[in-house]
Amino acid sequence: MTFWRTMIGGGLLTGAAHAAPGIGLQTPVTSVAHEIYDLHNLLVIIATTIFVGVLVAMFYAIVKHRKSAGHEAKHFHENTTVEVIWTVIPLLILVGMAWPATRAVLHQKQTRGEDMTIKITGYQWKWRYDYLDAGMGFMSNLGTPRDAIYKTGTKGEHYLLEVDQPLVVPTGKRIRLLLTANDVIHAWWVPALGVKQDAIPGFVRDAWFKVDKPGIYRGQCAELCGRDHAFMPIVVDARSPADYEKWVAQKQKTLAASADDPNKTWTLKDLVARGETVYQQNCAACHQPNGQGIPGTFPPLAGSPIATKNRAAHLDIVINGSRRNPAMAAWGKVLNDTEIAAVITYERNAFGNNTGDVVQPKDIKAARGGKA
Amino acid sequence: MAIADTAGHAPHTGKPTGLGRWLFATNHKDIGSLYLWFSFIMFLTGGVMALAIRLELFSPGLQFWQPELFNQLVTLHGLIMIFGAIMPAFNGLANWMLPLMIGAPDMAFARMNNWSFWLLPPAALLLLLSFFVPGGAAASGWTMYAPLSTQMGMGMDMTIFAIHILGVSSIMGAINIIVTVLNLRAPGLTLMKMPMFAWASLITAYLIIAVMPVLAGAVTMVLTDRHFGTHFFNAAGGGDPVMYQHVFWFFGHPEVYIMALPAFGIISQVIPTFSRKRLFGYTSMVYATASIAILSFMVWAHHMFTTGMPATAQLFFMYATMLIAVPTGVKVFNWVATMWQGSLTFETPMLFAIGFICLFTIGGLSGVILSVAAVDTQLQDTYYVVAHFHYVLVAGALFSLFSAVYYWFPKMTGRMYSERLGKLHFWWSMVWFNVTFFPMHFLGLAGMPRRIPDYALQFTDFNSLATIGAFCFGLGQLIVLYNLLISLRRGPPAVEHPWEGAQTLEWRIPTPAPYHSFVEAPEVDADDNGVIHAVRGGTHH
Repeated sequence: MTFWRTMIGGGLLTGAAHAAPGIGLQTPVTSVAHEIYDLHNLLVIIATTIFVGVLVAMFYAIVKHRKSAGHEAKHFHENTTVEVIWTVIPLLILVGMAWPATRAVLHQKQTRGEDMTIKITGYQWKWRYDYLDAGMGFMSNLGTPRDAIYKTGTKGEHYLLEVDQPLVVPTGKRIRLLLTANDVIHAWWVPALGVKQDAIPGFVRDAWFKVDKPGIYRGQCAELCGRDHAFMPIVVDARSPADYEKWVAQKQKTLAASADDPNKTWTLKDLVARGETVYQQNCAACHQPNGQGIPGTFPPLAGSPIATKNRAAHLDIVINGSRRNPAMAAWGKVLNDTEIAAVITYERNAFGNNTGDVVQPKDIKAARGGKA
Repeated sequence: MAIADTAGHAPHTGKPTGLGRWLFATNHKDIGSLYLWFSFIMFLTGGVMALAIRLELFSPGLQFWQPELFNQLVTLHGLIMIFGAIMPAFNGLANWMLPLMIGAPDMAFARMNNWSFWLLPPAALLLLLSFFVPGGAAASGWTMYAPLSTQMGMGMDMTIFAIHILGVSSIMGAINIIVTVLNLRAPGLTLMKMPMFAWASLITAYLIIAVMPVLAGAVTMVLTDRHFGTHFFNAAGGGDPVMYQHVFWFFGHPEVYIMALPAFGIISQVIPTFSRKRLFGYTSMVYATASIAILSFMVWAHHMFTTGMPATAQLFFMYATMLIAVPTGVKVFNWVATMWQGSLTFETPMLFAIGFICLFTIGGLSGVILSVAAVDTQLQDTYYVVAHFHYVLVAGALFSLFSAVYYWFPKMTGRMYSERLGKLHFWWSMVWFNVTFFPMHFLGLAGMPRRIPDYALQFTDFNSLATIGAFCFGLGQLIVLYNLLISLRRGPPAVEHPWEGAQTLEWRIPTPAPYHSFVEAPEVDADDNGVIHAVRGGTHH
C-alpha cells in the first residue's frame, strides 16, 4: 500500500502540479550559452535530416523490395561512385559543422580580460565562493531541508536547486572563475550561463561568464563526488552593479560581525546552539540528523565511545579525519576553531550523549598546535 | 596430427557427460554456450540493478535506497553490463560461430579457452559479493575516477581485483580469436573473403589486447594510491587526478568499439541473408571497421572536455571524434544499400537488425552532437549522455546479440525458436526501449545531471515515464528467456537450411552442428563476406 501511495502520489500527482517539462536546452543568458544554444539547434537540424534520409531510403526498401510483394533481388554489391559520394558528402558536412564549432570553443576558452574574479572551491558536498577583489568569502549549502528529501509531499518549487547563500554577481561585468576542490573532483555547472567546469583538487582551472539580465540562475554539481552529489546545488543571483555594490558592503559587514573570535569563552548552551547548525550543514549527511548514522556505512555518534568518553580522540578525528575510514574527512581544513569546538560540544551533548562536556575554541587551537 | 591418429588416438566422437563436460570443457561449442548463458545471467543481474535505479528515480525524494547504495547500484550496473554481459556474449558468439564460419576444427587454444571462461564466474562473484562487505560495493561510477575511488571501502579493492581477472580473461579470449582467424581458415577463404563477423571479431580482439592492460594499469595505480602510499592521482604528493581520466579513457574509448564492432559484424551477416543479396561494399566495410578501430585510439579526451584542457586540445579531440562519423556513416549506408532492391523477409533476426540500424543511427548522431566540444559543455555528465550510450549499447550491442542468437539458434541447437514469441520480443523491446531512453535526451538538455538519486521537480514527468518504460522493457526480456528455454526442449526440429538467403560456411554443415565439426579442413570456393560457392572435403564427427 505504502509502496503504491508513494509511487502514485510522488510520481504522478507532483508531476501534474508543476510547470511543463522542458525538452531543449535552458534559455541562455550569456553570449557563450547563446552560441551553444544556436549551435545545438543547427546540429539537431543536420542530424534529423540525415536520420530521416536514412530511414526513408530504408523504409522504401522495406515496403517496395519485400519478398512478399513479389520483389526479386537484384544482384549488385558494389559501386565505387556512390561509395565515394557517401564518404565525401558526410566529410563536407562535418567540415561545415567544424567551422562554427571551432569558433564556439575559442570564444568559450577566452577566459581573460576579466572585470572581477571569484574563486570557487568544491567540497563534499557544498561550494565555497571567495570574492578575491572584495576580500570576502562564504560557504553555500543546500537550502532544501532533509525532511523534504526523505519525506514526500513537502517539496517547494526549487526543491534541491536552492541554497542558503547564493553566489551574487553584477550584471554586465566579465567574471572570471577560478575553480578548485578540497577533496574529490566536482563540476560547477549552471546551464543558463553556459559554464560547466570541473573543480579538481590540487589544481586551478578557469572559466568565465558575463550575464546581462538580472535574475536567479540555478545549476548543480555535474561530476559524481560521492554520497551527496545530488545535494550540492548552485544558485547564481545576478544583480545590477549598483545593487551588487550594496550587497557587497552589507555582506562584508555581516561576515565581519559574525566572524568568530577564537579567544572567546563560550557557555555550553551557546556552543550547543551554534554546533547544531554546524552539524546539520556538515555532518548530518552521513551521521544523520539524529546521530544514528547508517548501519554498516556511517557509524552512529549516539552513544559512541569517541563521542561520549575519549575527548582527545574526538578532537583528533574531527580535526584530522579518520585513519581507518577515508569517508571521514579532516574538518580542520574546512571549519574554524569556534565551529569545531561548537560541533564537538554539540555531539557530546546531543542524541542522548549528555556528557556535559564543553570544548572551547582555545582547546581546538591547542589540539591543532599539538599536531603541527 | 595424422601420426598421432595412427598411433591409436582415435578422435573422440562422443560428448563428455556430466559436470565434467562443462568444468573441463575444451570444445568451442560448449565453451561458447557457457559464455552465452553466463552473459545472459549477468544481463539479468545488471538489469535488476537498472530497475532498482529506475525505481528510486520514479519520483522526487528518496524512497527506496540511501544515496550511497544508489551510487553502488549505478557503478555495478555499468561494470556488470559491460564486463559481465556484453563482452562475454560477443566472445561466446565468436567461440561458437567463428570455427564454423571459417572452417576450423575448434578454437586455436582449446585449453586456454576453458581458462578464459572459468575466470569469469569468480570475477562476477567478487563484484556481487562486494555489496555485502563493510562500506558496500564500489560507489564511484564504473569509471572509478580518482580521488573519489581512493575514498571507498574494501568493495573498491574487490572491484579492482575483479577487473584484473576480467581483463586477463578478455585478453586470453582475444588471443584465441586472433590466432584462430589468422591461422585456421579453410583453404580458399582468404582474409579479404572472410565473413564480416570474423573481421569484426579479429579487429575487436586487437583492440582488447591493446587496451585491457591500460585499464589494469589505471586501476592498479588506484590500488597503490589506496594502500601503498603512492600519489599517482593525489596532487598533494605531486600526482594529478586528471591523469587517471586520461589513462582510463585511453582504455575507455576503444572499449566502446569493443562493444560495437562485433555488433557491426553480426548485422553485416544478418542483413544480406534476409535481403537475399550479397553485402554491399564489402571492401569498404572492412576498411571502415579498421579505420574506426584506429581512430578510437585518438579520441579519448572527448570524455574530458570539461576538465579544462587548452583550446588546441579541445579542437584536436573534437575534429578526431567528428571524423569517426565518416566510416560509421559508410557502414549504415552500406547496410541500407544491401537491403535496396533485395527480396526482403522479416524474421526475428532481421527485425532486430533493422531495429539496430534505426536506433544505432540515433545513437551515432547524438554522438556527433556530443563531439562538438562547446555543446558537450552543456551535455557532459547529464542524462543526454545516458541516453546516447544506451542507444549505442542497448539498441546497438544488445539488439545485435538478440539478432545473432535468433539467427544461429537453429544451427546451434537443431531446433527452431518460436517466431511468434521472437517477433513479440522484438516489438515489445523496440517500443519500451524508446519509451525508456528517448525522454532521457530531454532530461539532459533541460539540465538533469546523471548519477543522482534525487532530482528537481521539473524532471519528474520524464523520469516517471522512463521508469515505466524500463520496467516494461525488463519484463519483456523474460519473453526471450522463455522462448529459448522452451524451444531448446520442445521446439520443432530445424530444417537443414532455415534461412533461404544464408550463404556462409556454417550453413553448409549438418543441423544441429556436430560436436566436432570440420575435423578435416574443407577446401572452399569463397566470395566476399564469406559467401560459399562450393565446398570440397571437410568431415565432422
